[in-house]
Amino acid sequence: MTPPQDIQRSPQPNGRGNDPCATFIGRARTLFDDKALDHVKAWKAAHPGALAIGHMPIYTPRPLLEALGCLPVAVFGGGEEVDIIRGDSYFQSYICHIPRSTIELALSGTYDVLDGMVFPSICDVIRNLSGMWKMLFPDRYAAYLDLPQNFNSSIGGRFYLHELRRIANDLTARGALPLDDDRLCRALADENRRRRAIARLDALRRTDPWRCPASEAYLLVRAGAGLLAAEHAELLEGFVEAAPRRSGRPLDNVRVVLAGSFCEQPPLDLIVALEKAGCDIVDDDFQLGLRTIEGDINEEAPDPLAALAQAFLDQGRATASRYIDKDEKGRALIDQVQAAQADGVVFAAASFCDPALLDQPMLETALAKAGVPFTSFKFAENNGQFQTIREQAGAFSDSVKLWGAAH
Amino acid sequence: MAEAPGKTAPAAAKDDSQKRQKDMIGAHFAKLARAKENGQKVVYTFVPGNLTELITALDLLPVLPEINALQSGMRKKSAVYIAEAEKAGHSEDVCTYVKCDIGMLKSGNIGPTGERLPEPDLLLLSYTGCFTFLKWFELLQQEYHCPVVMLHVPYQPDGVVTPAMRQYIVDQLENEVVPALEKLAGKKLDRDYLAEKLKLSAQAEDDLVWVWESARHKPSPIDGYFAGVYYIGPIFSAFRGSQDAVDYYRLLRSEVQARIDAGKGPTTPDGDLDDQAVRLVVEGPPNWTSFNDFWHMFSKEKAVIVASTYTRVGGLYDLGFRHDAADPLGTLADYCLGCYTNLGLPSRIELLAKYVRDYSADGFFINSVKSCNSFSAGQLLMLREVEKKTGVPGGFIESDLVDPRYFGKANIENRVQSYLQMLHARRDRSLSQIPARTTAGVQGVLS
Repeated sequence: MTPPQDIQRSPQPNGRGNDPCATFIGRARTLFDDKALDHVKAWKAAHPGALAIGHMPIYTPRPLLEALGCLPVAVFGGGEEVDIIRGDSYFQSYICHIPRSTIELALSGTYDVLDGMVFPSICDVIRNLSGMWKMLFPDRYAAYLDLPQNFNSSIGGRFYLHELRRIANDLTARGALPLDDDRLCRALADENRRRRAIARLDALRRTDPWRCPASEAYLLVRAGAGLLAAEHAELLEGFVEAAPRRSGRPLDNVRVVLAGSFCEQPPLDLIVALEKAGCDIVDDDFQLGLRTIEGDINEEAPDPLAALAQAFLDQGRATASRYIDKDEKGRALIDQVQAAQADGVVFAAASFCDPALLDQPMLETALAKAGVPFTSFKFAENNGQFQTIREQAGAFSDSVKLWGAAH
Repeated sequence: MAEAPGKTAPAAAKDDSQKRQKDMIGAHFAKLARAKENGQKVVYTFVPGNLTELITALDLLPVLPEINALQSGMRKKSAVYIAEAEKAGHSEDVCTYVKCDIGMLKSGNIGPTGERLPEPDLLLLSYTGCFTFLKWFELLQQEYHCPVVMLHVPYQPDGVVTPAMRQYIVDQLENEVVPALEKLAGKKLDRDYLAEKLKLSAQAEDDLVWVWESARHKPSPIDGYFAGVYYIGPIFSAFRGSQDAVDYYRLLRSEVQARIDAGKGPTTPDGDLDDQAVRLVVEGPPNWTSFNDFWHMFSKEKAVIVASTYTRVGGLYDLGFRHDAADPLGTLADYCLGCYTNLGLPSRIELLAKYVRDYSADGFFINSVKSCNSFSAGQLLMLREVEKKTGVPGGFIESDLVDPRYFGKANIENRVQSYLQMLHARRDRSLSQIPARTTAGVQGVLS
């Protein structure tokens, strides 16, 4: 497996040398390839006694963990490199891939560096995985984080604050720093800086997709999985500032929004295959957790924990695992398409992903009403063949270009 | 030996209580069919975490889409409905209850009695123990364009209900659910009337628990899974909190008492199962499309199910919970929190092990359904852990709720039969004082 050769071999998106972004892409690639979590081990060695806390997709309030002196580590399963041997013996054939590779890596010792795991509510599989974790690793901290589906601050917000304090208290009891308003304010400021940097990256993708292909943007965001927010922001800012100096030219591609890959992640080669099929992915929901909160969290609030909770209630991005109580279903995706000036939507859901696949017909209905073309396929994180998907995406791209509609 | 494909097991004979239940359900569906002309408002909701007393205290009529789906499965309609939904773009990977319901809707929404079901005036999304519920009612909202009120019930990952969890539910009930129901009903909730209903709920729950626990007798007078799904019908659907439910469970209890007095077992597709060779605990929902065939696989081998977790999805009354008229909203919160699929895996494992011990089971069997990740994700670990905790062997098959494509009769029957024969042999060895062999490897044979 040698993904993605195109990124490794071409220092510039269009194949030219002397890429001013090479350092940043190289660092992101190194972090992406670090499946053994050596960078987390290095961080722990440099911060004796501090905890590294893993968390599953989609959203975990990382600033809370940072304020407790912990390193949050987003866990996305094994991707395409991990051979599943023991993991398969824990899951039936009709269950998605991410829990089996996560269990595989845990049983093989990869996650021994993590002092705990947080399982945010996303679906029944990840929820039940939290219980499996408790059974399989009774000596390690495992918390299920029930994100509220009621967005009234005096109801869902009050409950969510209890959840956040519970986790903070648990971690403090295990050696993390106590919850402290000043540290939390600083963590919120760092998170805001990171979020702004991601927003700049996303803006660059929309205006100049040839300067920042989705496959590179993916690596750059993914790099933050095991970095503190400030360090990740620095990496992203460095890239965004260097990118305008990249040479290259616009390609005759269609602009698409990719939806449905918020939890189990597609192989990087699959993203490259879509690009090669003529799609500029100008927005997506890959590894959504870092982009869940839209806009700044109030870092100057007198109660920063309440501000963190309120941000989830009021600024949480629409996704399949979040109940849409007021807005029209699919409205957020149409807004995303319009904001990105996209020509269409590619639904890329993991096989057996309940949230994405149950959501999809509703989103398709909304897109059809709005006249937005779409196509869909499923993947697994360990897919190795993309020819069919590439052909499908190519046909979609051609049809949009020729007739402006694909359905 | 497995029977020839295509041969269908006979249905079990019906007791008076079953006939009573059929009449109750028939009357409810007749009311539903006339709801619009009678000006009665209709609330769709789910079985786990259902708020039947609250709904009926406001003279609203509940409809439970899961029950419609399972009845479509039993009436052999589900395959067509699922195909209809898949044709409309619903993935083959997702819950077949949802697709069956959507397909039924698109095919005219004809209910189990042959009459058209009324459209909902409100969707009460009791988000309890199942993520799919959330998407299901979002999908229905797109079809019906009616209001939705959400009740988010927190999960119990550690088997502990914290004050914050309980308060969260009470706050939602007080501030959002009750006002939405009152608005629909056009009147205020009479809390004394609600309390009266909750008293009736507790009476019925007492008798239901007595019936469940009667399976501790040898022979067991009941089948706690296949017949058990009939026993839970009234209390898990439209009747909890009604005199009808109290009367039904009193009648059922008297029938079970009569069987205990006569030393008789339950009625099954193979007649009265008095000679019970194997006692089992079952985890997971049944398959509805081949329900009698599935039951027959056990009853013909003289296996009786003494307890099951599926019959606890609508409430774990045998762990002591009763609706409490003194605290109406608090007790509804406790009820919702305690539903079986709202419990973390360690609690579910403990419960299964407890059932194996309390009901002197010879084994436990997992029917892992493709459609229900809430039940199914983690069941292979549960199998190992319950074996470790109890020392009795587990069996494991995969099927589905209402999609007949996932019920491979010959394959399932072979597995069930191999498992039961192993238990027979184990029991025979035990009776002849030969030390039993280790159970390790049973899973390897069966799955």
